[in-house]
Amino acid sequence: MDSSRKKTHRDSSFVVASLIVPAATLLSGCAGQYPQSTLDPASGFGTQLSDLFSTIFWWAVVVFVVVEALLVYAVIRYRARPGQEGKPKPVHGHTALEIAWTLAPAVILLFIAVPTISTIFRVDGTPESGALEVEVVGHQWWWEFKYPEYGVVTANELHVPVGRPLALAMTSVDVIHSFWVPRLGGKRDVIQGRTTRLALTPDSVGMYMGQCAEFCGESHANMRTRVFVDTEEDFEAWVAQQLTPAPPLDSLDGLVRQGAEAFTKIRDPANHSCLICHKVEPLAFGAIGPNLTHVGGRTTIAGGTIPNTPEGLRSWLRNPPGEKPGDLPGRSMPKIDLTDEEIEALVAFLQSLN
Amino acid sequence: MATSAAGHEPAVASAKRSGVWSWITTTDHKRIGILYGVTAFTFFLMGGVEALIIRAQLARPNGTLVDAETYNQLFTMHGTTMVFLAIMPLSAAFFNYMIPLQIGARDVAFPRLNAFSYWVFLFGGLFLSASFLFGAAPNGGWFGYANLTSKAYSPGLNIDFWVLGLQVLGIASIAAGINFIVTIVNLRAPGMTLMRMPVFTWMSLVTQFIVVTAFPVITVALIFLLFDRFFGTNFYNVAAGGDLLLWQHLFWLFGHPEVYILILPTMGIVSEVLPTFSRKPLFGYAVVVYSGVLIGVMGWGVWSHHMFATGLGPVADSVFSATTMLIAIPTGVKIFNWIATMWGGRIELKTPMLFAIGFIAMFILGGLSGVMHSSPPSDLQQTDTYFVVAHIHYVLVGGAIMGILSGIYYWWPKMFGKVLHEGMGKAHWLFMVVGINLSFFPMHLIGLLGMPRRIYTYDTQLGLDTMNLVSTVGAFILGGSFLIFLYNVWWTRKNGLRAGNDPWGGATLEWAVSSPPPEYNFSVIPQVNSRLPLWTANGLNEIPEVPPEPIHVPGGTYWPILTAAGILALAVGAIMHSLWIVLGGVGFTVFSIYRWAFEPFEV
Amino acid sequence: MTQAVAAHHTSTGLDNKKLAFWLFIGSECLLFGSLIATYLVYEGRSISGPTTHEILNIPVTSISTFDLLMSSLAMVLALAAVTRGDKLWSRVWLATTAGLGVVFLGFQAYEFVTFVHEGLTLQVNLFGSTFFTLTGFHGGHVLVGVIWLLTLFVRSLQGKLGPDKALNVEIAGLYWHFVDVVWIVIFTVVYLIQTSA
Repeated sequence: MDSSRKKTHRDSSFVVASLIVPAATLLSGCAGQYPQSTLDPASGFGTQLSDLFSTIFWWAVVVFVVVEALLVYAVIRYRARPGQEGKPKPVHGHTALEIAWTLAPAVILLFIAVPTISTIFRVDGTPESGALEVEVVGHQWWWEFKYPEYGVVTANELHVPVGRPLALAMTSVDVIHSFWVPRLGGKRDVIQGRTTRLALTPDSVGMYMGQCAEFCGESHANMRTRVFVDTEEDFEAWVAQQLTPAPPLDSLDGLVRQGAEAFTKIRDPANHSCLICHKVEPLAFGAIGPNLTHVGGRTTIAGGTIPNTPEGLRSWLRNPPGEKPGDLPGRSMPKIDLTDEEIEALVAFLQSLN
Repeated sequence: MATSAAGHEPAVASAKRSGVWSWITTTDHKRIGILYGVTAFTFFLMGGVEALIIRAQLARPNGTLVDAETYNQLFTMHGTTMVFLAIMPLSAAFFNYMIPLQIGARDVAFPRLNAFSYWVFLFGGLFLSASFLFGAAPNGGWFGYANLTSKAYSPGLNIDFWVLGLQVLGIASIAAGINFIVTIVNLRAPGMTLMRMPVFTWMSLVTQFIVVTAFPVITVALIFLLFDRFFGTNFYNVAAGGDLLLWQHLFWLFGHPEVYILILPTMGIVSEVLPTFSRKPLFGYAVVVYSGVLIGVMGWGVWSHHMFATGLGPVADSVFSATTMLIAIPTGVKIFNWIATMWGGRIELKTPMLFAIGFIAMFILGGLSGVMHSSPPSDLQQTDTYFVVAHIHYVLVGGAIMGILSGIYYWWPKMFGKVLHEGMGKAHWLFMVVGINLSFFPMHLIGLLGMPRRIYTYDTQLGLDTMNLVSTVGAFILGGSFLIFLYNVWWTRKNGLRAGNDPWGGATLEWAVSSPPPEYNFSVIPQVNSRLPLWTANGLNEIPEVPPEPIHVPGGTYWPILTAAGILALAVGAIMHSLWIVLGGVGFTVFSIYRWAFEPFEV
Repeated sequence: MTQAVAAHHTSTGLDNKKLAFWLFIGSECLLFGSLIATYLVYEGRSISGPTTHEILNIPVTSISTFDLLMSSLAMVLALAAVTRGDKLWSRVWLATTAGLGVVFLGFQAYEFVTFVHEGLTLQVNLFGSTFFTLTGFHGGHVLVGVIWLLTLFVRSLQGKLGPDKALNVEIAGLYWHFVDVVWIVIFTVVYLIQTSA
């Protein structure tokens, strides 16, 4: 009975150990399966962090295996066996041993501390020269992105050109959030009243998912982001698109026009009117919610949580608090009693805003 | 009976030693220890249920078991309950019961203050938990970051419950901290020098110093939040020039020492259990003691490692990284000394020993993930993710809770006169080890693969569905293990083996008296001549079964519970925004303090 | 019985109550330390409203500071009187200490009221929040001390404050001196050293 107990203890330690090694190796390659993996970086910043983690990780594995083995060995080897007489030799201490096992961890820590400190200074967020500057503003519960160089303002989905250094200057208008796109690198909190920075150079074209990583209220889980790393040409095209205003009302017709009218209609209470909170240049100039001038070109809506499809738009418009819980009077999107026709029209209108 | 209550009795002495009134008015450290233990364990089960609901919600992506608001209350209360209402008071149960016995004293230095601490803890815990009844349980996280917790962003009562509840609990902790330091420093039996004290008492001493110094800092942080919410001050108001990081600095200046408050006592327990069941003295006693002291002191220098993602700057990051790595050294030294204690011993794998060994095995893992966090760049991918959740739970469940359970199984016979069933104890251990590893190990991966913490749901796109499900299964196994424990407790009451003075062959003073000890603990004050009095020839004088002279035992008093009630009234009045009730609470508290101060009470 | 020897035997020879009180003072150091550190961190960061230069009245506050210092002297004399069993002077000096404490509180009340009239409130800016909270908590401690001293005064009137109770007076004195020292720090940091505009 007892031997199976110690065996199980030994087993569980080794199970744990044998899980780490293959798991880590396996997972570092499976980005497609794990779109927010920190182990498959797509930027120099991300690579430096995962390399450092690797160094520390392997030292930790060594220490883990050695110390656990000593523990397990001691438990098995020095088990009381039936028929043993007398008491074991009382050993109160051993100075040389104490010094040795104080110095050994200290030396290992040195091997961790040196690359740590050099990496700290290398990734401290100082923008590189010629970097593309993007201002990131955290809101409950969506991300606003501004490109001062181009005069572009968008929300939730960030487009950047591959290979060009990116400098994020970040803040929040309300509570503390944290901007985190794991495959592009580490996270940085965004704090009202302060500007925090991230600097990275994306090295592969693709779409990278991220989400808020500092608890920020009811829909913290629903504050997501996507970063599109485009080729230089695609990025220029995207910028040009963003700078084009939406068509004026008079040039619209059909369902899209009806949608534009529904969008700009003044309702009661006033904050149920889309134009109060949202900007759609040149039709609406609200500044509380995300800029929707080019929302049609985004892949998601509602803070990156709902696919930007007619079905997605419909369920969002029908009941925003149902999709994204949390009532922030004056700041979160309320449930507006829209008729089905209005919803269809708005869907058409919003989808037209490329 | 050889005891007689010679000397003065307070006006409200309880003649009976049984019955509810005797427990309400008790000043006996052993009873207070049991009160702490039962209350804390109940809160622990509550916190555990909160965890199981959390895990049930996360078993599947886009779960709908609970809504976002409920989830946020659950994880906030899980953390707050486990830290303040479970682990700390479970340790306090042992401080109370064991420290006077281990140092050869009859009680603590201030028995009424001791009772007061318990009642304040109970009332504070009830106040905090009552928030659920109002649908307004705290929902800002156990760490309550400003400015999410300001009135502007959390307008309801939730955060008010949190602030006021924690302030009340802080009073209990500081009072107990002072009480135990004086007890350990001043009430040791003759011959019990500091370096002859059991390691549990030593680690408790260090812990109480941390309590007395760290709690005032969170008190101030909470005062600022309270004033902001109630009086419109600007401490965490950015528009007025305030800095939100002020909260984080103050909170973590408390918060990091707090984690040493959580772990040091259990390290002390393990340091007692290992020698007993290895039949060998603790290896490197002095080094283990000094390491504990060093950890307590160095613990003040690492707080901003909780803030690596806030952009403190490379110099600050480097400094705190270095101090955090340094603190791993005394921690590692302890682990090596524990292994060396077993080395060359004659190990009995009884339940307390299994839990102690489990503690070491899992604390190593938790400590190593801690070292990973100590590197800021690496931490930028780990902080605020499930990787940290894994770290926390390995050190707190695999560490602190395992250590506390080691103490529970070890000292159960001393406290209740019966040995818990060995087979059930081993089953409890096995299920716990499996449950802990199955639940928390996957969380390392879940975090590294991009799942942040404190989210009520996650998308299936992340690819983490199976790992989350495995983690949930593990959590339920872990929870189920406690059913075995509860059944064991119930079964042992009727059928357990009676315990003599020293069922395990321990070396320290608590094993020199009966199980449970007489009310006065020692029939004569011990004369101690060794660090291991029961293992050393002439280590201890003879302790007769019957006291040669009458021993005065203080009677009961109800002023401690009434004073605590006054403080509760204060908190209730505050949350109701009723000045009259607040003033009433203050008045009643002052009145009770006066009656307490002037009642005749002799220790 | 002299002050240093404990009522019961203790391992250090220090009385339990005295040791406990020193520990309490230690925790209070961290309490006031955190309040003062916050004051310093926030100094000069108020965006609007009255600032230190405009509103603090050093001459008047110097008088109240002197008053509090003198009250510590009275406390010392009170302890000496109790120790030698001098009933009359015990009461005189205890009452004087309490009285000087009340004078200090009076100055503080006057100061608070004046500041509010001049536009400095808890809510108006950072300085208002930090100043009133810090000095308010200190004032609260003075008030507790005054009540404590008056209690001892009444006990003395009842003939229950003989030399055997000198320890209680000594501990009250520890508290009173601590509160005075904290005030010296506050006076220096808040009033005398005004760093930014």
